[in-house]
Amino acid sequence: MSSTTNSPTHHTSTIGAIGAPSRRNTELALLVFAVVIPVFAYANVGLAIDDQVPAGLLSYGLGLGLLAGVAHLGVRKFAPYADPLLLPLATLLNGLGLVCIWRLDQSKLLQSLPNFVTAAPRQLLYTALGIALFVVVLIFLKDHRVLQRYTYISMFGALVLLILPLVPGLGANIYGAKIWIRVPGLGSLQPGEFAKIVLAVFFAGYLMVKRDALALASRRFMGLYLPRGRDLGPILVVWGISILILVFETDLGTSLLFFGMFVIMLYVATERTSWIVFGLLMSSAGAVGVASFEPHVKMRVQAWLDPMKEYTLSQQGVLGHSEQAMQALWAFGSGGTLGTGWGQGHSDLIKFAANSDFILATFGEELGLAGIMAILLVYGLIVERGVRTALAARDPFGKLLAIGLSGAFALQVFVVAGGVMGLIPLTGMTMPFMAYGGSSVLANWALIAILIRISDTARRPAPAPASNPDAEMTQVVRPS
Amino acid sequence: MNKPLRRIAIFCGLLVLTLLLRDNWLQYLKSDSLKEDPKNRRVTIARYATPRGDIIVDGNPITGSVESSKTGLNDLKYKRTYKNGAMWAPVTGYASQAFGATQLESIDDGILTGNDDRLFFRKTLDMITGKEQQGGNVVTTLNGAAQKAAFEGLKKQGGKGAVVALEPSTGKILALASYPSYDPSSFAGNSDDDAAAWKKLQKKYDPNDPMLNRALRETYPPGSTFKVVTAAAALENGKYTSADQKTDSPLPWVMPGTTTQLKNEGNIPCKDAPMRVALQYSCNTVFGKIGSDLGNDKMLEEAKKFGFDTEQFTPVRATASVFSDDMNQSQTALSSIGQYNTAATPLQMAMVASAVANDGKLMKPYMVDELESNLDPIAKTEPEELSRPLSAENAQILQDMMETVVEKGTGTNAKIDGVKVGGKTGTAQHGVENSENPYAWFISYVKQSDGSSPVAVAVVVEDESANRDDISGGGLAAPIAKNVMEAVINSRK
Repeated sequence: MSSTTNSPTHHTSTIGAIGAPSRRNTELALLVFAVVIPVFAYANVGLAIDDQVPAGLLSYGLGLGLLAGVAHLGVRKFAPYADPLLLPLATLLNGLGLVCIWRLDQSKLLQSLPNFVTAAPRQLLYTALGIALFVVVLIFLKDHRVLQRYTYISMFGALVLLILPLVPGLGANIYGAKIWIRVPGLGSLQPGEFAKIVLAVFFAGYLMVKRDALALASRRFMGLYLPRGRDLGPILVVWGISILILVFETDLGTSLLFFGMFVIMLYVATERTSWIVFGLLMSSAGAVGVASFEPHVKMRVQAWLDPMKEYTLSQQGVLGHSEQAMQALWAFGSGGTLGTGWGQGHSDLIKFAANSDFILATFGEELGLAGIMAILLVYGLIVERGVRTALAARDPFGKLLAIGLSGAFALQVFVVAGGVMGLIPLTGMTMPFMAYGGSSVLANWALIAILIRISDTARRPAPAPASNPDAEMTQVVRPS
Repeated sequence: MNKPLRRIAIFCGLLVLTLLLRDNWLQYLKSDSLKEDPKNRRVTIARYATPRGDIIVDGNPITGSVESSKTGLNDLKYKRTYKNGAMWAPVTGYASQAFGATQLESIDDGILTGNDDRLFFRKTLDMITGKEQQGGNVVTTLNGAAQKAAFEGLKKQGGKGAVVALEPSTGKILALASYPSYDPSSFAGNSDDDAAAWKKLQKKYDPNDPMLNRALRETYPPGSTFKVVTAAAALENGKYTSADQKTDSPLPWVMPGTTTQLKNEGNIPCKDAPMRVALQYSCNTVFGKIGSDLGNDKMLEEAKKFGFDTEQFTPVRATASVFSDDMNQSQTALSSIGQYNTAATPLQMAMVASAVANDGKLMKPYMVDELESNLDPIAKTEPEELSRPLSAENAQILQDMMETVVEKGTGTNAKIDGVKVGGKTGTAQHGVENSENPYAWFISYVKQSDGSSPVAVAVVVEDESANRDDISGGGLAAPIAKNVMEAVINSRK
């Protein structure tokens, strides 16, 4: 890895990439683990619940192996220099998620709920579609800089995606948050998951052009560079949009995610700490403001502050209260350090959304503190590989896009895991790759595909300069 | 651009670190309190996941477990059953799928489910050998024959009441009966029938309050039985030094600071009567004056030595009995004959009799002899001295007096052939202006020829249907006490 590490003595992000190994075999070896671990987990669930190895073990193992193989071949062919960790990590999480969803499918309690569906086969299908999308992105997105051309179209697209759930007849209000749309024949979609990527493209393109103006034209005040009034425009607009999302779609998570992503990208583009300060001030002002008058958000905050009271109210049948938050805490606590083991917990007591928003609670109960720490570290690794990709990227657009996507991924993991563990109020978002849901799986595979594409471009050896007859007289200048 | 990128990398790392810290807090530090939260359904699921261990009396289980009906969504595999549930309810409490657990079923839940840490080895062994986890047993100190005599006696009487019998030398609880009672089997499941049975037993729907454990949780004015405590205070404080020493007891006696005469029941020889005679006839004036002369502090000190004003844990909690402080002389006089604020649980009065019978040594009452797993003992309760309300000599003087009460006083109904019985009757008034039926009390003990005392007992009967004149400790309560004592003696033969 030394070839990709920036030594502290020279402050350029260029990679001494000439002759860099492609690391495809490393990826393949890691992928074997990423497939074998979930297969063992699957067998474990079957043994715990029915005392026998589940009948679908072979087909599940082959299926997951095949999907991972296809993805690997895709990377090998179309992005040979890509980061070797991203694909195996995502495959591992996706595979474990599938096992957990299948495990919850076996719960009699969940089966008795009115809107129960056998989720595992569907999730396997979504995974297949996700991997297909992954490969398609790798094939057609030969160079991520192409996306730069679609900056303003992306803005428009993102706005459409965000507004869709509010369109009458199309949007669906599921348990208070209006972040779904219903597509006949396809089921529900969460356009917000895709908007995350499209918005990152827009922010990257926009900030790349405006970064100098935003960074330089400012006054210094109390150690902070205050931006000019007119440069405050974009951040105000994005802030306004996230507040609107919060108010109209009552979705704290998405709102926080978009605004956070924008602030991160703005900071990276301008290198001005003042943006972080502004961002924090504005998001807390927005969150506190909305939470104090919007009833749904307000309730979520109260449930967070006193989950026991919320539980008691829901047990008394008071409408609009949910036992989920407390049930999730009990699930985590009952898991303890090592967990009960696959299939032996009672996280199905969470009932609604046990396999989507709250899937982490099942991991917490059955795999314990040890399992959750491992899973969080896997997420952390994905994020840090994303950030490394941003560091390694040679063009500012690629840097901004990679940091935007990784930052959004990190924020999402934080908001969801923090919500389920009672660290922050609950939001209607799902754990990337693990939770049940087509939109989430598809969007996150696309996100990984884009990161892999950027890392491939970054790590690809520069064209050999020796073939140029002018080489000795021309100094090669690489963009930083 | 790389400097902010590195900072963002650190920021993302901090986000993950925050989650890791939170998770450690949740799953390590808070784990136990969440895991054992009674509202956590998993506690109930675990309680009924395997056949529950049993509560044992005389070597035989008085509880059982059956598989719950498999209908619907019942996530609880086993259901509790009780043999002769109503009789044993004050001991066992209940373990209900729908309504939780109380008393022994709750206190020793960990042993009974097998989840207690002390059963860890056994549990692990079962897991390795593939056997179903089996809970441990709770072996009680109770005596089946005595319990039966107590419960049947109360049942025959028909009114509300309670009986507690102790083994004076150890503090073992031999009988613990409360009437009317309830059958914990009737609501052990979680069906609609169980809910209906539960509802019917609530005080709201049944004014007799069958679920109240009268033996441990109800306090009654102890009436004349409290004179034993007053006599003990007189001896211990050296006011009188023998049973037959004349007391300074005018008749009629006007309570200090008042113009009210303290009355005796009927025309009995109480003027300057020695304590033996005063106890035999149950003279209010003699013992009222003793209490008044000794004063509130000394009386309180003696009552506390007998266990008043403290909750007892047997391990099932018993309400603290009351002897007040800050009383004036007339209030102290009334309190010293078991009226005014004085109130005692049946357990408390059994402790009084037991301390006298055990030559002044009060043993801590307990009902769990041993916790065992598969016949291997896990924990055994050792008898423990609680206090010494009387010196051995004074205890023998008091025994002598109490034996006179049974020999030729108010307690002749408790006489048993072949052994010496000491006792004291009580008829406690209650209600405004004594408008309600009084409580009939009897406390007693048996002394065998070798000087040992196998049993001390306290009986209280509150009988609203009985004729007022009929209510006296000797008439209603003494026969029950006699049967309980006989049952203990016979079971020891």
